[in-house]
Amino acid sequence: MSDYNFAYLDEQTKRMIRRAILKGVAIPGYQVPFASREMPMPYGWGTGGVQVTAACLTPDDTLKVIDQGADDTTNAVSIRKFFENTAQVDVTECTQEASVIQTRHRIPEEPLTEDQILVYQVPIPEPLRFLEPRETETRKMHALEEYGLMHVKLYEDIARHGHIATSYAYPVKVEDRYVMDPSPIPKFDNPRLESAAIQLFGAGREQRIYAVPPYTKVVSLDFEDHPFEQMKAEQDCDLCGAGHTYLDEVIVNDQGGRMFVCSDTNYCATRCDAGHRGRLSPEEDAA
Amino acid sequence: MYVAVKGGERAIDNAHDWLAEERRGDPEVAELSLAQIREQMALAIHRVMAEGSLYDPDLAALAIKQSRGDLIEAIFLIRAYRTTLPRIGYSDPVETGSMICDRRISATFKDAPGGQVLGPTFDYTHRLLDFKLMADGEAPVADSAEPQTENIPRITDFLNRDGLIQTETPSDATPPDMTREPMEYPANRALRLQALTRGDEGFVLGMAYSTQRGYGRNHPFVGELRIGKVQVEMEIPELGFAIKIGEVTLTECETVNQFTGSKTEPPQFTRGYGLVFGQSERKAISMALVDRALRWKELGEDNMGAPAQDEEFVLSHSDNIQATGFLEHIKLPHYVDFQSELELIRKLRAEAMAATQKEAAE
Repeated sequence: MSDYNFAYLDEQTKRMIRRAILKGVAIPGYQVPFASREMPMPYGWGTGGVQVTAACLTPDDTLKVIDQGADDTTNAVSIRKFFENTAQVDVTECTQEASVIQTRHRIPEEPLTEDQILVYQVPIPEPLRFLEPRETETRKMHALEEYGLMHVKLYEDIARHGHIATSYAYPVKVEDRYVMDPSPIPKFDNPRLESAAIQLFGAGREQRIYAVPPYTKVVSLDFEDHPFEQMKAEQDCDLCGAGHTYLDEVIVNDQGGRMFVCSDTNYCATRCDAGHRGRLSPEEDAA
Repeated sequence: MYVAVKGGERAIDNAHDWLAEERRGDPEVAELSLAQIREQMALAIHRVMAEGSLYDPDLAALAIKQSRGDLIEAIFLIRAYRTTLPRIGYSDPVETGSMICDRRISATFKDAPGGQVLGPTFDYTHRLLDFKLMADGEAPVADSAEPQTENIPRITDFLNRDGLIQTETPSDATPPDMTREPMEYPANRALRLQALTRGDEGFVLGMAYSTQRGYGRNHPFVGELRIGKVQVEMEIPELGFAIKIGEVTLTECETVNQFTGSKTEPPQFTRGYGLVFGQSERKAISMALVDRALRWKELGEDNMGAPAQDEEFVLSHSDNIQATGFLEHIKLPHYVDFQSELELIRKLRAEAMAATQKEAAE
């Protein structure tokens, strides 16, 4: 892979992306159009995140890549390998050790710090897209701060189901201005969008970058009488016993048996190492 | 006991090894050479070059070989390679008027200066499997004639002379470059044509077909279809003039469309335009029909609400690399979001059941 530039993209392209990122940071939650490139992985598989990561990486960085909170899911492995090959940066599974974390669908459980960048892969950046398919219209709605349609949608959910029936990609308002799609993270993660780290969102196919700078106000949309609520499985993690983390439900046999484990694999493993035990933890070694 | 889905890396490596073996197929059978693919699968090469937006028959052959004949995969390989190439400059616009035509037909006139030249077309073949090709075929030789070297006049120019067809206003404006700038709507015609020429052949065909069946009907005639080689010239600043840097085969289609006139325009014919790399006339004709349908606003026509008239709809969905990537990404794990949905559905169901039970008890 030595024929390619550091982190694959040429410097001009990285500069173009960095400009879009800076604009995004300057206008939190605003979707900045950028001339997304064709990457050697398919659109929809993280090309936006990969381009943002490529534009942020320096040779001194340590990169962590997760998908569904796990470091070992196939697409996370594939993207991590891509940067190992094209940028020769150090990689890690440990959240605290990483300076750049690229993620799909989760925010790590461990609170992030000011020294970290969290890069999200975004499929559909436009929170209004499923209410209004036209880009020409949605851009106008953002410009005029015309978000009534979104509130009507949430209200109709409540009228029909008694709850807001959005469980992931739950819309937020950033710094009292732009309504933003936090990417398809479970709404359990929404409160952690207010973070010390820089959060960058890249949508390759849709050619948009947006950002949430550190300590930016991020409010999940709700109503006074129907406040936003986090949601997770009621159980505790069967491996580390955590009751405060987002859990995956795993089917363990064909009799309907199931177990619940942390979706953040690194967080869970760290807790297990520290001696925390869950319902199904292996017995302590005799030694 | 739960075993985390570990070993993703090894699984990926193994899958790639297996893929490589499958790609080669039975090793007893001779391997395809790039030259064979380039020479004998020429139309596949043309499609890959057109939708890959890179004119290089050898690379297209490599992409087809590597992708096991999956043309969209081959187009993807070419696109991904293309983005890594430095942009040295821009050529002058190619002059299709001086094309050395292998094929040139008009459906609007029985004959016209320049003549009707059928060229190497499937058009009047009977689609009967030729079992002779199963045996080792010989190399057929066709009669040949001197190629026409003088410029072949355009059919639409004849109509233009009488004012029967809408005049295109020439412009020196630099066209936008969709590979360097994000797509913006509304798009001008140059940008629309760029998107269409690299758009998926099947999609553009389907859109064009829909206009023929009444969804934004615009009564097209193939005014002219020409296929042949054109020279590519580039202005070299150090020299101060343009020099020929190569030649490309193009298919160009100009349609003549009925138009009854509008508030601003008298009744006259209108145009649709298609221009595609290689010999790709299905695509060029489709492109011309869709181009014409998308021009409703500038011609003062009514928007019938037809899909082919909807610029954002057509252009946002015509790229098969974008489409296939997003479509196939739903194969990726989505279990975190699915878990969220599970919790929500369980909660809603529990509440609904409780409500029903309460009603039953009352």
